[in-house]
Amino acid sequence: MRLAGRFGGAALSLLMVAVLGFFLFRVVPGDPVVSMTRGRPVTAEMQAALRAQFGLDRPLHEQFWTYLTSLLRGDLGTSFTFRRPVAEVILDRVGPTVLLVGTATLIAVLLGLWLGVRAAWRRDSAFDRVTTGVSLTLWAVPTFWLGMLLMMVTGDLFPSRGMRDTDTAPDLLSQALDVGHHLVLPSLTLVAVVCAEYALVMRSSLLEEMHAPYLTTARAKGLRDDLVRRRHAVPNAVLPAITLVFLRFGLVVAGAITTETVFSWPGLGLLFHDALTGPDYFLLQGLLVVTAGAVVVMNLLADLLHGVLDPRVGVV
Amino acid sequence: MRVKLCASLAVATTLGVAAPPATAQAPVVLKVAIVQQIDSMNPFLAVFQSSTEIGRLMYDYLTAYTAADQTVTEGLANKWEPSADKLTWTFTVPQGKKWSDGQAITAHDVAFTYNLMLTDEIARTANGGFVTNFRDVTAPDDRTVVIRTKTPQVTMLALDVPIVPRHVWEKVGSINDYRNDEVPVVGSGPFVLAEHVPGQFIKLKANKGYWRGAPKFDELHFVYFQNSDAAVQALGKGEIDLVNRMAPAQFDSLQGRAGVTRNKAQGRRFTELMINPGAQTRTGVPIGDGAPALADVRVRRAIAQAIDLDALVARVNLGYADKGAGLVPPVFGKWHWQPGESERRRFDPAAANAALDAAGHPRKADGTRFSLRLIGRAGRAYDEQASEYLKRSMSDIGITLDVRLVSDNQLNEATTAATYDLAFSGWSTNIDPDFVLGLHTCAQRPGADGKGGTTDTYFCDETYDRLYAQQLSEFDEGKRVEIVKQMQARFYDQVPAVVLAYDNALEAYRSDHFARFTTQPAQGGVIMAQNGMWGYYGAEPAGRTAQARGSRWAGLAIGGALIGGLALVVVVMARRRGATAGERE
Repeated sequence: MRLAGRFGGAALSLLMVAVLGFFLFRVVPGDPVVSMTRGRPVTAEMQAALRAQFGLDRPLHEQFWTYLTSLLRGDLGTSFTFRRPVAEVILDRVGPTVLLVGTATLIAVLLGLWLGVRAAWRRDSAFDRVTTGVSLTLWAVPTFWLGMLLMMVTGDLFPSRGMRDTDTAPDLLSQALDVGHHLVLPSLTLVAVVCAEYALVMRSSLLEEMHAPYLTTARAKGLRDDLVRRRHAVPNAVLPAITLVFLRFGLVVAGAITTETVFSWPGLGLLFHDALTGPDYFLLQGLLVVTAGAVVVMNLLADLLHGVLDPRVGVV
Repeated sequence: MRVKLCASLAVATTLGVAAPPATAQAPVVLKVAIVQQIDSMNPFLAVFQSSTEIGRLMYDYLTAYTAADQTVTEGLANKWEPSADKLTWTFTVPQGKKWSDGQAITAHDVAFTYNLMLTDEIARTANGGFVTNFRDVTAPDDRTVVIRTKTPQVTMLALDVPIVPRHVWEKVGSINDYRNDEVPVVGSGPFVLAEHVPGQFIKLKANKGYWRGAPKFDELHFVYFQNSDAAVQALGKGEIDLVNRMAPAQFDSLQGRAGVTRNKAQGRRFTELMINPGAQTRTGVPIGDGAPALADVRVRRAIAQAIDLDALVARVNLGYADKGAGLVPPVFGKWHWQPGESERRRFDPAAANAALDAAGHPRKADGTRFSLRLIGRAGRAYDEQASEYLKRSMSDIGITLDVRLVSDNQLNEATTAATYDLAFSGWSTNIDPDFVLGLHTCAQRPGADGKGGTTDTYFCDETYDRLYAQQLSEFDEGKRVEIVKQMQARFYDQVPAVVLAYDNALEAYRSDHFARFTTQPAQGGVIMAQNGMWGYYGAEPAGRTAQARGSRWAGLAIGGALIGGLALVVVVMARRRGATAGERE
């Protein structure tokens, strides 16, 4: 029953997203057709024809109905910017985003949790002070600034843009190496910014557990410090971090708009940016449905996993 | 032992990653940064400026403009003749020109293209404006195209319509669904499409059979940059060869950079300060909420007189612009207009103050007369700096400026709906001035429902409109030039906008990779965004050996070393932790 409630809640959230997505982006200022044809010798008749092609000349309620019925059929419409089906455009960008944000998140989670645990366990040590200071600094740094800075200081060691060069040999190894080479700077930027969040959450969470009586009991049993930390303190302290990790996994699909924009990484974040420039209504709607859907699903998973990791959650 | 094994593995990985590939004779590639997405490779649908620029490289037009002085020259047609009544134009498509698949280009291809646009609304999406006055288009034989127009049309040699091969496009079912990006794409231009990865890059290959002669290099790659700072850095690193649309600060940052040559060119663009002259629809109904004071031409003139254009160019454009006057930039020599001594409006705040007094706007007790809103684009350095400058200039004549910097879309929305007093804007102009002049005619204002307008400034002036109609049917170029200048003088006098500056086009290229580019016009012209394909087509490589780009393998080596180093650290720490635990036990 409880499970059904959670699934029902997730479904309702998705429905709300679908409905809100339509009206939300209609409020974005600007006329897509004027933006598309800016600086081009177009007549008013040509602009009217373009509006008709994209169905923008019809009343809002008609557009909404078409959107809803198309959505149920899995049709997200046609992008003004790319003149291709929205689903196809989004699908093209999922891979690069999952690669970039997924890689960065994985590294950031592992590194952040490790740093957080070490810092908390050695509270007020030099390691703790340096880790906390650096984490806070990186957390506060604007992502675009950090990205540009990394691009400048690394000189010509790493590419400035995109996911691959235009003249890389077509064989798999060359392509994979090229993508890896392009991945370094954007993922480093993301790791630097995101890692701090995990480190700080893990640190404060573990600090709360540090003086718990069960740890004294564990030590009294003669367990060495390393085992007390790994087997008793960390499993109890990790829950807030797990929630954060799953929320972050949900946002993997949303990409990292700023990082992808700085490095012209062809993922969903950059697509969002391009779609807003239009504004490309259908693309924005599709992106919202897909990304919000991912967050809802990941939240649901985090909810379910909490019950597994902490039996008390399931009982309450 | 385990540490040694891991260390060896790390070193081996590093070396493996860093090993450069076997080198072969690589093609000579010109890599160009573009900062706008490509909407479509279908020439009937592509409306983005970047798409049309690439389209020009794949498809020739009926006529072209020379690189040297931008006069009309041979395109697919090498001869043209209007009838005595100027209603029938006969173009000759000579023998010997071929499509990239080897088939001959004929008059039937031209007639097919225009007729497709006349009969299919979708095919008019991008270039429909060029054929609205066409009555019919026929090809009586392989070499002759006859176009009949409804009224005499002076712009018949400025038809920027890509001509497509009939044998390919007559098989296309729906123009709307045809992407035209599956190779081989048959074209007539100096380059043919090799690969298009949407959102990332476009690769073109030299058309070896191009009728003007093959380009001097093998491939032309357009690489998408969302961020112009990154594009400038990529040029510095040698990742790309050519970049344009640079801001003055970016352009200055490349001064003295080894292997980079900068090109400060006369641009096709002007920046203007629009002054809402009392916007109305085509039916004469007021629209928007412009300040009533601005409907008085004396007030508009006073505002223009209070702006020191020289100072603006020097301080905001950092000298990378020419002082504005008429609507056509100086790069289009004969059409460009400069006010004579008697017409010239000089920077004179005292005279502007007197004019405002005379217009019935005396200063109030606090020294101000009235306030106006100025909107500009947030994030555009020019608008941010110029708005501060204008605030001070207007303050000198008792006008308080309320500056609002908004998104591009908000700015467009406000100017379209006439909900502005003053606003920054700008236009890129073509060689034939008809389009930019046409933006200011009464007919361009929106209809009674407030929609369907393409006006720039809501200007509506009987004299201007009469001159516009005159120039459109004046086939004597000398006389037409005179009329066009009169129109610009009228615009300058009525001040629906102040042309603040003609922006320089700031470009830079890797001169260690490419020794020379063809500019349009030859003196002080641009490489990119030309009215033609000469900039790319005329590029001359510095030599094959100079084509090595960056040090990607050095980067890979360092990346590999980092991975190896990280692995080593992990192993050493694991060992240390084991040792510590052992010691404790």
